[in-house]
Amino acid sequence: MNFTGKTWKFGENIDTDVIIPARYLNTSDPQELARHCMEDADPEFHKKLAKGDIIVGGKNFGCGSSREHAPIAIKAAGICCVIAPTFARIFYRNAFNMGLPIFECKEAAEDIQQGDQIEVDGATGVIKNLATGKIYQAKPIPAFMQELIMDGGLIAHILKKNEPA
Amino acid sequence: MTKPMTISEKILAVHAGLDFVEPGQLVEVNVDMALGNDITAPISIKIVRDANIKNVFDKEKIALVADHFVPNKDIKSAEQAKILRDFAREYGIVNHFDGGKTGVEHVLLPEKGLVLPGDVIIGADSHTCTYGAMGAFATGVGSTDLAATMITGKTWFKVPETIKFIYKGALQPWVTGKDLILYAIGDIGVDGALYQAMEFTGEVIDRLSMAERFTMSNMAIEAGGKVGMIAPDQKTLDFVKPRAKRAFKCYASDNDANYARVIEYDCSKIEPQIAFPHLPENTKGISEARGLAIDQVVIGSCTNGRIEDLEVAANILKGRKVASSVRCIVLPTTPTVYGEAMERGYLKIFLDAGMVIGPPTCGPCLGGHMGILAKGERSLASTNRNFVGRMGHPESEVYLASPAICAASAVCGKIASPEEL
Ligand code: SF4
Repeated sequence: MNFTGKTWKFGENIDTDVIIPARYLNTSDPQELARHCMEDADPEFHKKLAKGDIIVGGKNFGCGSSREHAPIAIKAAGICCVIAPTFARIFYRNAFNMGLPIFECKEAAEDIQQGDQIEVDGATGVIKNLATGKIYQAKPIPAFMQELIMDGGLIAHILKKNEPA
Repeated sequence: MTKPMTISEKILAVHAGLDFVEPGQLVEVNVDMALGNDITAPISIKIVRDANIKNVFDKEKIALVADHFVPNKDIKSAEQAKILRDFAREYGIVNHFDGGKTGVEHVLLPEKGLVLPGDVIIGADSHTCTYGAMGAFATGVGSTDLAATMITGKTWFKVPETIKFIYKGALQPWVTGKDLILYAIGDIGVDGALYQAMEFTGEVIDRLSMAERFTMSNMAIEAGGKVGMIAPDQKTLDFVKPRAKRAFKCYASDNDANYARVIEYDCSKIEPQIAFPHLPENTKGISEARGLAIDQVVIGSCTNGRIEDLEVAANILKGRKVASSVRCIVLPTTPTVYGEAMERGYLKIFLDAGMVIGPPTCGPCLGGHMGILAKGERSLASTNRNFVGRMGHPESEVYLASPAICAASAVCGKIASPEEL
């Protein structure tokens, strides 16, 4: 499971209201949510990013309400993974359950600059900054979780496993 | 060579089929009991039904408890309880509790022997951490997680680090498990144990009754804790053995296990605690709260609504009257607790004291029904949360304390300790 993309940097304590403002929660359509992703931090965000881009956040990323819409919005916007020093507890769980890979790595999150091209190996947790050549180590994603992410999240994953062969 | 582990790590390792796990690791584990209630389970049930799943992983390892808004307080809650009932009937869920069989989930499940030491238990309810008091790895999850577990019997966890709490010294009069956990929450804050397991140890914990241990583990989530673990001992076995219908295993932390922090408390310095509005971490000794007038007292909830809690209250209220300015409500948490309170004469004491006796339900604990506060009113409660509007109007106030303080305060009409009676 490898990701290569350009990074977008955000500060500390990015809460789920920034990720997807509550005024848009009357829909659960991923594409509609994607259009408002990070809107309150950067209104033009969804227009600027390219598919496969990577968000690098500060500590406690995803704090606030427990809405599952937050990782859905990020994923649907085309972001392939998020790197931060720490994630808020419920966001952490929701992200994997919605099929959005996230990596905890303090050094990488602090060092990497906006616009750097980086490469992440999900299986080993190695993050490489292609702009500087620097290498960082995050906790790897175990095989069962990689499978879950590839399937598109927890429910899709178990439904696939439950299909009669 | 085996590496040292904490109880939580050992339980997760065994349930993941691994020899060793360490904090931060993602593991997939087998679940021994999955719990949902009348608020959270309907969402999980919808997911299961929408996915066209016809069978759950194990009909005996799922518990559906209608306890938050029962007896149905309005049409919406009636519909929710019905979703549980229909699902249980169709899918053959053995442990479905409703009507005269239901009670507050976190008191009911241990009472029925459905949760046991060494188990991995998930519940779509944040106070699922209560079962840590029996040496189980028990934690709250979301409705999606519950749905997934109902189908597969598995869930995933990030192995938490553990904070070890050591309680030493002699307890002051009227200091209980409730005061010890409120003190810890006040010390480390409502996010002091975020992501982490809390492990309660020390001579004081050894001496506590199971009821008081349940109270402590119950409130681990109020410090952000994932679990509130207590190592099983003879008291645990005395509680569990007559109830258990399946095999279980007791684990202990290794002496050289790794802890994120070790926090030691000298309990002789801890007086009865009161959590002021609007966070459980706003705790003060009772000496700073004495004399504050109250409008309502609630004794109940998964924190402090067990027979031992009613016993403490009954002993204080016997032959006394609740102050005329106070409405005092007691909610025995399960039919068994209710029956026991009746047999022991506690209900008569409560009635004579001028209290309202409610059915086994969550009721006012979450501002659901049966004791909602008006604007500007103040309640003292044996419950676990005092967030803004938790028991009613956004401009009402909830103070948290032990059943002993609640009972004495009901008599005095203001926050008081039993010594003042
Ligand atoms: S008694 Fe209160 S805290 Fe416990 S399960 Fe019910 S609502 Fe939640």
